[in-house]
Amino acid sequence: MTEKKDDKTPKGLSLSVGTRRIIAYIVLVLLTILCLFWFYVLFVNATRSKAQLNHGFTIIPSHYALKNLYNLFHNSNLPILRGLLNSFLVAISTAVVSTYFSAMTAYAIHAYDFRFKKAAFTFILAIMMIPTQVTALGFLSLLRKIKLMNSFIPLIVPSIAAPAVFFYMKQYMEANLPMELLESARIDGASELRTFNQIALPMMKPAIAVQAIFSFVTSWNNYFVPALVLKSDSKKTLPILIATLRSADFLKFDMAQVYMFIFMAILPVIIVYLFMARSIVAGLTAGAVKG
Amino acid sequence: MKKKKTGNALRHNRWGYFFLIPFFVVFVIFQLIPLVTTIYNSFFEHYFKNGLTEVGPNLVGLENYKTLLASGDILIYLKNTMIMWVMGFVPQIIISLLLAAWFSDPSLRLKGKKFFQSVIYLPNLIMASAFSMLFFALFAETGPINSLLMQIGLISAPYKFLSHTMSARALVAFMTCLMWFGNTTILLLAGMLGIDQSLYEAAEVDGASSTQIFFRITLPILRPILLYVVITSLIGGLQLFDVPQILTNGQGGPNRTTMTLIMYLNKHLYSKNYGIGGALSVILFFITGVLSIIVFRINTRSQK
Repeated sequence: MTEKKDDKTPKGLSLSVGTRRIIAYIVLVLLTILCLFWFYVLFVNATRSKAQLNHGFTIIPSHYALKNLYNLFHNSNLPILRGLLNSFLVAISTAVVSTYFSAMTAYAIHAYDFRFKKAAFTFILAIMMIPTQVTALGFLSLLRKIKLMNSFIPLIVPSIAAPAVFFYMKQYMEANLPMELLESARIDGASELRTFNQIALPMMKPAIAVQAIFSFVTSWNNYFVPALVLKSDSKKTLPILIATLRSADFLKFDMAQVYMFIFMAILPVIIVYLFMARSIVAGLTAGAVKG
Repeated sequence: MKKKKTGNALRHNRWGYFFLIPFFVVFVIFQLIPLVTTIYNSFFEHYFKNGLTEVGPNLVGLENYKTLLASGDILIYLKNTMIMWVMGFVPQIIISLLLAAWFSDPSLRLKGKKFFQSVIYLPNLIMASAFSMLFFALFAETGPINSLLMQIGLISAPYKFLSHTMSARALVAFMTCLMWFGNTTILLLAGMLGIDQSLYEAAEVDGASSTQIFFRITLPILRPILLYVVITSLIGGLQLFDVPQILTNGQGGPNRTTMTLIMYLNKHLYSKNYGIGGALSVILFFITGVLSIIVFRINTRSQK
């Protein structure tokens, strides 16, 4: 069938489906290698000793991973355990707060009919693109005034107003949260807050899971604002420690520890992704279609 | 019955405002007030001389904007930012279009689509600062890439990737491309999957080749999404910070040729140059604002 068509169109630059499939596979495999190569080298180098690293490039892992990890955890110049703890604390709180309140905001727009509903919706979408960098100056002077510098609160609480998360939740509700269900809860005498918490929220689980992961990852990776807010060593999150590592005298560092540090900083995200990649990518495609 | 229901609903509907309170309170405190303060600051002379003696605040009108534009640095950094964005975006959009076309083509019957999509999306989730630190280590003078290139005999002496303008910018562009092409592919793929299949079938019956179909059907229909991708990427490109900041240790080396606008802003924020920093923020706010309005228009149009 296809070959017949190809015969009919000698003018166009047309290759047979078989050839095109082979080209597609070759390109996809090359891109896969291009994406994973760096992380594989990172993994290999994190398992090698300082001396082995000086011997140049190899793709064969060594057996110094635990030793490097031990050295890293006992390196007093690099409070990595503290950094991991801080990063987890901030990222998990952000994920919880951001998804819960974004669902609540979406619920307000989805489940109720009020005068400024459309205006509120348009407004939230309109502020979606304001970059945090351009308000950072005022943000910092506000924090100095209300004595919230060097605290985790200004990294967590602002994520309550997350237009992108809100938008995803709103889209999900439109497809999956029938109004009849909410009506029947009302008839049963449940309060509005209870209806939201005990009926709407459980039905939002898949959307909450996907957005919680995105919020977690965004917060985990965030560098610009935390670096300006967190000043004391005991508060620093991983990206700030990485910047410290970069600005330190590079040659003095045990490179094996540097690789292990980077490895530890990206490991949590990779682990989550290994389990959730399918639903994350599927959710993205679905969200994009609707958006 | 019906009347009672609407009355009931009206009473309930007030709860809509209640549920909006957290979002708007947080927005006003942590975004709106900072935005207003930033703009306000931009009209005052206010900085720390030698990092110690506070100067101002004195109302100076548009003086900060004049100083900023007169020094010419902002234009250099804008140029750097744009060059690196273009260098990263052009290969990114080409690869993404190609991949999305393949993924959405049922006649190709590609296997493992989900696997490939998951792999190419992965770099987008990796901590940019860690990824940059990794690239810094890998591309260092004594790093593994140089020893690999020497082992296979491509070069005889280590190449200083971060000491040459072209290679330093290329490295930043390559990393941003790597981090974003998966994301763009998935966006474009979603758009392509939404195209009515009967159009393709009709074109095939008429004897169009896959190349013709791509350029005459897919691309024109995809135009709004493409525009959306270009502009959101441009907005993201203007915010380029983590990668060059870590890669060049905040110096934007060599000779400030990889210094971006946000790195410049970051410097002012660190040295508490409230006036100049404020003016720079306002300029960036307006540039992204105009671009965002275009995005917003595309979105609202496609929703109708």
